[in-house]
Amino acid sequence: MTALLDRVAKAASTTAFGLSALAVAFFLFAAAIVVGFLFWQTNKLFTDQVLATLTAEARILSSEMKVGGQVKLVETVTALSRPQGTGLYYLADGTGAKIAGNLNRIPPELEAQGRGGVFSYQPLNGDGPSHLAVAIPVDLGTGLRLIIGRDVEDQRVFANTIRFVFLLGFGILSVIGLLGGLAVSRLIVNRMDQITAASRQIMEGDLSRRIPTTGRGGELDALANSLNEMLERIEGLMNGLREVSDNIAHDLKTPLNRLRNAAEAALRDPRGEDAYREGLERTIEKADELIKTFNALLLIARLEAGPLEESTETFDLGRFVADVSELYSPAAEEAGFALTIDVEQGVFIRGNRQLIGQAIANLIDNAIKYSRGGEPGSAITVRAYRIDGRPAISVGDHGPGIEKADRERVLKRFVRLEASRTKPGTGLGLSLVAAVARLHHGEVRLEDNQPGLKVVLLLSSRCLIAAPEQMRDDVPGLAAQ
Amino acid sequence: MANSGSSVNPTAGLPRRLGDGRLNSEGREDEGRTHTMRVLVIEDDKETALFLQKSLKENGHTADLAHDGEAGLSLALDGAYDVLIVDRMLPRLDGLSLIKSLKSEGNRTPVLILSALGEVDDRVKGLRAGGDDYLTKPYAYSELLARVEALGRRTAPEEQQTRYSVGDLVLDRLSHRVTRGGEHILLQPREYRLLEYLMQHAGQVVTRTMLLEHVWDYHFDPQTNVIDVHVSRLRAKIDKNFDKPLLHTVRGAGYTIRDGPA
Repeated sequence: MTALLDRVAKAASTTAFGLSALAVAFFLFAAAIVVGFLFWQTNKLFTDQVLATLTAEARILSSEMKVGGQVKLVETVTALSRPQGTGLYYLADGTGAKIAGNLNRIPPELEAQGRGGVFSYQPLNGDGPSHLAVAIPVDLGTGLRLIIGRDVEDQRVFANTIRFVFLLGFGILSVIGLLGGLAVSRLIVNRMDQITAASRQIMEGDLSRRIPTTGRGGELDALANSLNEMLERIEGLMNGLREVSDNIAHDLKTPLNRLRNAAEAALRDPRGEDAYREGLERTIEKADELIKTFNALLLIARLEAGPLEESTETFDLGRFVADVSELYSPAAEEAGFALTIDVEQGVFIRGNRQLIGQAIANLIDNAIKYSRGGEPGSAITVRAYRIDGRPAISVGDHGPGIEKADRERVLKRFVRLEASRTKPGTGLGLSLVAAVARLHHGEVRLEDNQPGLKVVLLLSSRCLIAAPEQMRDDVPGLAAQ
Repeated sequence: MANSGSSVNPTAGLPRRLGDGRLNSEGREDEGRTHTMRVLVIEDDKETALFLQKSLKENGHTADLAHDGEAGLSLALDGAYDVLIVDRMLPRLDGLSLIKSLKSEGNRTPVLILSALGEVDDRVKGLRAGGDDYLTKPYAYSELLARVEALGRRTAPEEQQTRYSVGDLVLDRLSHRVTRGGEHILLQPREYRLLEYLMQHAGQVVTRTMLLEHVWDYHFDPQTNVIDVHVSRLRAKIDKNFDKPLLHTVRGAGYTIRDGPA
């Protein structure tokens, strides 16, 4: 019982309940005004009608007085007073003594006013409750006083009934309205409780929790859905972060340990100065490797945090890809590869030139590193082109390729396939390429080059710019750069 | 990322640069080698600042230190320095604001920005604020020295020079002709630009990263020593058939072109 009361109290204290209570109050107020006005109008109409009837009767009686004199009038009033009707009469002489009629006395309400009005009286036959009546004085101009009236007790009872019905109606309405408000707020409170409970669990660390939705598509569902999307993103970022810290622990601790070992070994070396020099050189070498890994990690993290506005440029993709490839072609030749550059002319894009350059560098470097050079058919092909209106860069080799099952995985940070563990590298090359692709709203596809691997860096069509002349007008501030 | 370089040994093999007034074959003082520079290091980490001061001194330069932005700014405005080394994060006045105020005062001393922020955007922001070069921490000292010396040379008037010569190697910037001992050497456009940059900094050490940034305009890590292959191809053209090598590899630092021992 107290639990129920608590819940009711909780529901009653909600905004939803407050709002529905307010709505009910406004409705009742409006209804009361309308009903009150109707009641008053009806009452007035009815009273006017009675007064009109009485005025007509008064005219008849006064003409009778003129024609037949006092005797005739007394006779008529006595006759009219006799039937058990609704007519009320009182005829008195100048001194106020009653001559005829069915009223006992002049009603004090009328005595005071001296004109027509509403009063209550005690019916002659019986001692029941007093009745309500309407009466007017009739001016006979002879010192006689005549009051005629109508008993309106039936109307009063009727009006009372109506009033009771209305009040009852209002009462029922208020109760139903408040209960409705409570029910609505219970519903909302329940949804809110679910959301609160879910977010509390999420705050406690269970990032996989989602806010339940009803699937009916209301605004609360819309809210829950967008909160869920936000949670999805947060969970993704958190997982990424967790993965990174796990990997940092794993992949940075090992080289750090090696660095420490190198320093210690040099210290213990009996050869002295020469050994120290060698040891220090090795230490710096290892520190540089660590810095490289660290920088790559930080860059990926930065790319995933959002766009880099300051360093976005407009440039000719084909020319740039050819340019970067040219940087590598002597190194590739030396390693025994034929580097083919095949670029489409006139593909202008707006993007981060340096990062795209880094991505191409990583891909060519991977191709050189992971496929065997110096054999017939040891070729690397770098292309820049458009697919379905999207700028794309591809680097293909004829090396061992990557198994279909592993393709998704190698884009992740620090993933190095068993076969390549012995090769130098941070394991971050492809994930950086993927991050650069995401920064340009694109993606990385790993395809079979038959044989070998073809990596396609696909940028968004949004990066594409129609023509260099146009772009100068479209991009404010470009000319100033 | 772009600045991690490939240096192994920061000072080994680096020549000590003293103002000994050696003359090159044309009888002109070889500024790059003999120029002693006054450097102002504005860096709040005292250990780093002292290390830089000591190292620069070893290489024949003098260095003053300032440990916060305000002190650094007033020193920079008062003293006639050849190069300023400015850390980006400084107490009292941050590095970028310092550079902005300095430039707005009309001071044209070249500035090398040191920063732990190595993101692509940060470099652009640093250069836009008026920095002349940007080096990301952690850096190799050899990289820093090479850049400081390149910046110090920048104020010298030979920027407008139309002809560079080292020994009997001559590069004519107007006709784009390269000759050695009067013999014409045919170079690819990129090889020409590589040689042009090296000769512009004749006598100085030029790092691989500097070559990548200035000859190719790339600010990313090429992963492998791609530059070495380009340099060795250039070397094959300019040094191979001649007695005296001019293009030298400076171990752990980069390359230098000079007439004389490396």
